[in-house]
Amino acid sequence: MATAATVHAHAPQGFIRKYIFSLDHKVIGIQYFFLALTAVWVGMFLSLLMRIHLIWPTAVLPLVGEIKPETYLSLLTMHGTIMVFFVLTTAPQGGFGNYFLPIQIGAPDMAFPVLNMLSFWTTFVAFVFMLAAFFVTGGAPLHGWTGYPPLSAVQSAGPGEGLGADLWITSIAIFCVASLMGALNFLTTTLDMRAKGMTMMRMPLTVWSWFITAILGLLAFGVLLSAGILLLMDRNLGTSFYVPLVVVNGVKLGHKGGSPLLWQHLFWFFGHPEVYIAILPGMGVTSQILSTFSRKPIFGYKAMVYAMLGIGFLGFMVWGHHMFMSGMSPYSAFAFSLLTMCIGVPSAIKTFNWLGTMYKARIRFHTPMLYAIGFVSLFVSGGLSGPFLAQPVLDIQLHDTYFVVGHFHLIMGVAAIFGMFAATYYWFPKMFGRMMNETWGRVHFFITLAGTYAIFMPMHYLGIAGGTRRYSQYTEVAYLQKLMPIHQFMTYAAIITIAAQFIFVINLFWSMFKGPKAGDNPWESTTLEWTTATPPPHDNFGGVTPVVNHGPYEYGVPGAPRDYVMQTDPATGSAH
Amino acid sequence: MGLALMALIWLITLASTYFFVAKTWWLPVGAAEAAGFIDHQLALTFVLMGIVFLAAQLSLGYIVWRYREQPSSPPVHYSHGNIKLELVWTVLTTVLFVGLNLMGSSVWASQRFDPAGPGAVQVEVTGMQFAWYFRYPGPDGKYGATSPTLMDPSAGGEAAVGLNPSDPASKDDVVTGTMYLPVDREVDVSLRAVDVIHSFFVPALRFKQDTVPGLNIHMHFKPTAIGEYEIACAELCGLGHYKMHGMVHIVSQEDFDKWLAAREAEKQ
Repeated sequence: MATAATVHAHAPQGFIRKYIFSLDHKVIGIQYFFLALTAVWVGMFLSLLMRIHLIWPTAVLPLVGEIKPETYLSLLTMHGTIMVFFVLTTAPQGGFGNYFLPIQIGAPDMAFPVLNMLSFWTTFVAFVFMLAAFFVTGGAPLHGWTGYPPLSAVQSAGPGEGLGADLWITSIAIFCVASLMGALNFLTTTLDMRAKGMTMMRMPLTVWSWFITAILGLLAFGVLLSAGILLLMDRNLGTSFYVPLVVVNGVKLGHKGGSPLLWQHLFWFFGHPEVYIAILPGMGVTSQILSTFSRKPIFGYKAMVYAMLGIGFLGFMVWGHHMFMSGMSPYSAFAFSLLTMCIGVPSAIKTFNWLGTMYKARIRFHTPMLYAIGFVSLFVSGGLSGPFLAQPVLDIQLHDTYFVVGHFHLIMGVAAIFGMFAATYYWFPKMFGRMMNETWGRVHFFITLAGTYAIFMPMHYLGIAGGTRRYSQYTEVAYLQKLMPIHQFMTYAAIITIAAQFIFVINLFWSMFKGPKAGDNPWESTTLEWTTATPPPHDNFGGVTPVVNHGPYEYGVPGAPRDYVMQTDPATGSAH
Repeated sequence: MGLALMALIWLITLASTYFFVAKTWWLPVGAAEAAGFIDHQLALTFVLMGIVFLAAQLSLGYIVWRYREQPSSPPVHYSHGNIKLELVWTVLTTVLFVGLNLMGSSVWASQRFDPAGPGAVQVEVTGMQFAWYFRYPGPDGKYGATSPTLMDPSAGGEAAVGLNPSDPASKDDVVTGTMYLPVDREVDVSLRAVDVIHSFFVPALRFKQDTVPGLNIHMHFKPTAIGEYEIACAELCGLGHYKMHGMVHIVSQEDFDKWLAAREAEKQ
């Protein structure tokens, strides 16, 4: 294995070594970013088709034609899977984490550059497998992103449960392997490659968030990988891990004695930490940006670190709250429910501290700041529906309704995506050497914030009224038909919000080539990535090893020559 | 910019709150004993979370407007935080969340930890792609044996649940596609599935439970209002999930007895 020191002796010259099979964490970060950008457009297009089908059920749509019930369920499954794995896991960690973690701790690269490259290309292969499920006989699977067996384990349980489902599981298994490699790399790099003076408690909160996310990834993806392999065996080798004796379409199958609940336990043991894998980097970048553009130190740095550690730790003990209605022991619901409620405490600490950071500040409203503020708002809204769903007794009414869909979209979907938008607008100058357009950034922000609330807040009303999720039509149940006006409103909101995303993508590509040139530190930030050239040289610091003398968020320092002190500025006392 | 942002955050907050307070879309009227507890706990949670929601969002909007950078802004308040404040809100949120949890737990316990009483009406619910079947044990009070090899969903009724006609206990079993229950009597329901996981959800009865192949799950509830209520499947079970619909008829004890006797008579 090549280590960072040997690899960085010389920058590679050829196009393929430089841009395709690159060992440079910055290029790999950008590769992850564009993979996630591609995936998010695929996932968003699928959601648009779903929303259109729900209110215009007979419409024949481009690319997919007539949408049958099984088509709808395929769209739903692939939307969820692509978004969770290839967007929410890929961009915040693989993309921004890869690019900025080494620079923010003053390292020349990741600890294992070859492993890093392998991790990206393995993720890419997983994405190809996932998309391939659309094009095989029977199409993509219809068992939802949670893939509960026996539906996901029995080929005759529905269209898409043949080769499409095998490809889906294989893709996830490959993705798990890639994420394990990535997590190892992030952990080793953070622990071993920090510059002189960069103590753990001087790391930017972004680095803490990527570090904790990597711990979660290491513990969670291994479990999902094993669970996925068992599911493949049940499907193809006649084992019965998850499938008891069942009769599907009148045919008695050969399985015996398996437990459908075993999959749910394994899946959610991964699935709940996955929620934090998606959101923690968003918390990190929000903290970084709020402090920078408030021109104030982050309120309660240590509390922020402990809160993230607390969220990560508790996140592994609450998976059963997805299973209150599953037939699991009702006694265990007590423990899962209480521990889930406890996660509200560190989450509330973070919210208070974000507000505390902006209190008595001088807020500069650049686009990254708008998105960070939007993140806080969405985090509060999405978070506060958690204590409803954490109570088993309320799950009797709310489980598997749109209330849940609204909850997780606001918090792990849209809030996490706001974190990514904030990160994109904030770090774009460093990554591409040019500034993005501020005016169009603001227009994009206001439409997107209003639009996402208009799509996802009404889902709570639907859920309270008993609006079940994963229905391709609301024609068969009388009380659900009455809720159609909410669906219509949500679809209109979705069309407008999705249209607004063209503003972002045009701004992104236009600015990449035509935006005004960015300086080394356009936002007057304090962390190490802003001490080096824009864009950074191959070894990040041009042969210099940075020495860190300060904490990450020294803004508004009384008596300092300017209103911020960079982490590498000389130590206090020797400054004059 | 600060003003526009405050206006948008406040508008979103107040508009969202309006529909919760106005109850434009809300729970259906409860028709079971548990509805009282559940609706109360839901309302309480709404009030508490609503207060936090309004306080957090409105102050977020206010702070971003109030502390926007202007030429006249004073220097920022240089501070790395406040341990006392951190402790205060940690304790407050712990009390709020844990307290709310403990209050709801008693309701859950009373519903799930004890078996049904001796006089309960017995009914078995079986979910299959994409229909619900209901079985009553008949005058002998015993369910007859069922067998997977006898299951034939296309035939419906007794054949669909695989009732074994050679078992004497099955002679008086009644299998129907609509659920009938007497009002004000506890119902001892056992839930099964033959192919994939389904979920038996009756919003008006505040009842939901997954039906899982390989498990026989016992639950109990008490309907309190005569009427016809819809069943919707709440666990993704395949392409017909959206039409896996059924009805529960809550009738008087007298009408229930008549209905069951008529089914028994049909069977003979």
